[in-house]
Amino acid sequence: MPAQAPRPNPARQARTTLLACLGLVAFMVGLSFAFVPLYNLFCKATGYDGTPLVGSAPTGPASDARMTVHFDTNVQAGLPWRFVAETPRVEARLGETQTVFFRVTNTATVPTTGIAAFNVQPALMGGFFVKIQCFCFNEQTLQPGETMDFPVVFYIEPAARTDPNTAAYSEMTLSYSYFASKNGQPTAALATPAGTTRAN
Amino acid sequence: MAVATTHGHDEAHEHVPPFFQRWFNSTNHKDIGTLYLLFAFSAGIVGAFLSFGIRMEMEAPGLQYFSNPQTYNVFVTGHGLIMVFFMVMPALIGGFGNWFVPLMIGAPDMAFPRMNNISFWLTVAGFFSLVCSLFVEGAPGAVGAGTGWTVYPPLSTAGHPGPAVDFAIFALHLSGAGSILGAINFITTILNMRAPGMTLHKMPLFAWSMLVTAFLLLLSLPVLAGAITMLLTDRNFGTTFFDPAGGGDPILYQHLFWFFGHPEVYIMILPAFGIVSHIIATFSKKPVFGYLAMAYAMVAIGVVGFVVWAHHMYTVGLSLQTQSYFVFATMVIAVPTGVKIFSWIATMWGGSIRFTAAMHWAVGFVFLFTVGGVTGVILANAAVDRYLHDTYYVVAHFHYVLSLGAVFIIFAGVYYWFPKMTGRIIPEWAGKLHFWLAFIGANVLFFPMHFLGLAGMPRRYADYPEAFAGWHWVATMGGHIFALGMVVFVIGIVLAFRSKERAADNPWGEGATTLEWTLSSPPPFHQYETLPVIVDEPSHAH
Repeated sequence: MPAQAPRPNPARQARTTLLACLGLVAFMVGLSFAFVPLYNLFCKATGYDGTPLVGSAPTGPASDARMTVHFDTNVQAGLPWRFVAETPRVEARLGETQTVFFRVTNTATVPTTGIAAFNVQPALMGGFFVKIQCFCFNEQTLQPGETMDFPVVFYIEPAARTDPNTAAYSEMTLSYSYFASKNGQPTAALATPAGTTRAN
Repeated sequence: MAVATTHGHDEAHEHVPPFFQRWFNSTNHKDIGTLYLLFAFSAGIVGAFLSFGIRMEMEAPGLQYFSNPQTYNVFVTGHGLIMVFFMVMPALIGGFGNWFVPLMIGAPDMAFPRMNNISFWLTVAGFFSLVCSLFVEGAPGAVGAGTGWTVYPPLSTAGHPGPAVDFAIFALHLSGAGSILGAINFITTILNMRAPGMTLHKMPLFAWSMLVTAFLLLLSLPVLAGAITMLLTDRNFGTTFFDPAGGGDPILYQHLFWFFGHPEVYIMILPAFGIVSHIIATFSKKPVFGYLAMAYAMVAIGVVGFVVWAHHMYTVGLSLQTQSYFVFATMVIAVPTGVKIFSWIATMWGGSIRFTAAMHWAVGFVFLFTVGGVTGVILANAAVDRYLHDTYYVVAHFHYVLSLGAVFIIFAGVYYWFPKMTGRIIPEWAGKLHFWLAFIGANVLFFPMHFLGLAGMPRRYADYPEAFAGWHWVATMGGHIFALGMVVFVIGIVLAFRSKERAADNPWGEGATTLEWTLSSPPPFHQYETLPVIVDEPSHAH
């Protein structure tokens, strides 16, 4: 048997490997949580998964191409609101600013607060649908019976016609859902009948 | 490899602890391996019972056995979670890994024997949590979690207000923690405790497969743990990670889940790749063809396996470029997998083949895994996936690679190593009869599912139109044949323990060259008190 060369302390080596492995596990757990805000930023920056972009004004001239934009309004269970768009759809010229009003009414006898979440379909249009002004960025509190009109100002990037992913689309939908809210967090509304546990 | 000196084990030092201490506080890698195998078998019985319920219901259209289709979904979910986390993984990684990694690399035990024991009992605790989830309320008015093994929100959050999903999530947390600790143990053992002279490039392929698997576990399971923790807080503490009401996105869960879920399928199959290499080499009396290519093919599969996850999500609205990338990356995996398949065939080519029971299972695996791999290449196409997504074609695909892949190799491993583990001999006829019943049964069971999927039969439905009745009936008959094979398996084990025949140290002869065959059958309670020294002999490297 060949003479054993002096080897490093095996227990110490094992401990080093153990700590490296535990570090890797902690890093991967951290990464999975870090992915939540990163994914959110990624969606907002690229319009990924139907997240509309936010901008200030069209950057180029309007094109002659048109697209039908449908409006979809929803109120989730637990919020006693009525929510409609002034028109079910508009024919929008690409690159031209459009303004559409949405009307919400609080049908309850107490003040209630809601916040809107929004999305476009097909999801790939998210990168070309730019909102300039929207009621959905903040929560709103409505007094009993109060009605408010909120404008949504948007335009569609003309590049939607040239991008191979979206060139074929002639229609899209902008969808809003109102959720009961408190400090920006979803909550079961005050007017909820007993027994309902979740706002959605 | 050639072994210059082998064990110098001394019977006088054989100290076996009393029953409770030996099996409940175990720190011996072979005992823990045995516990894992027995646990996997027991959990497999429960998982098989659930699949029997599924197949009985699907035998004919209409609702026969389940008054509530939600209960059917609970059976599907339980079957999937049990078979993945509490049958395949404990058998291949905890069972064979614990038993044979230290033996093959010439180590006296695992690096952290006490941690090894914790890993096992965490897995058992996880299983009991999952069983509890079957008996508490999940969806309103029904017991159990009917979410599928993927546990997608919002079905798993808003759709299951009862505690069943919480129990299922705890089950995954516990078994995940056990698997992570086990993976750390394997990495530390393999990197630090190989016998003198055994370089990584001389290490047996099963040890290689366990090393790659352990790294996959370490990188992927924490992501699952994170994702299901977010589910748990979404369910119970009002967070909105996946809830649009607070700005969350359910699609994010799918990304996190499949970032774990795709490596998970390689976690289940890589140890099987390792085992099948040894069996084919042993019974062809040849060293495995292309040893280094075989080892690095597994590394390549592991690495590429982390960058293909969205091929499970083609229908969520990915851009064309993203889909093209995932199609391409997924198909790349066929290259290292092909290297392995062809190397197994090349190992058999010109070999002195003995068709023992274990060899039957191994060759059956190579054939059936290839069938599953081919349907995988078909499903990798985003355009085709539009049509096949969530149909029985997918069910057929993953059962070919798992039920006929990983499970076949679990049985192959049992028939190959049973003499080494117990010193007893399962009659060859039992192993072969079991193989033919399983081979015919599994093919009759799963092959018609391709036709059902192509015809449009969706997954996870308890009822279906009359048009699908014929092939569903055939599939159920295949299930009965497979179950009959399991009876033969149990008979074989019983006969082995009743027989007075004892196994030789190396019952397979010349072809079996790895270190475990240099020990007695069964091996001594503590082996390698003098470390074996591996002599450089590259022509026989295997």
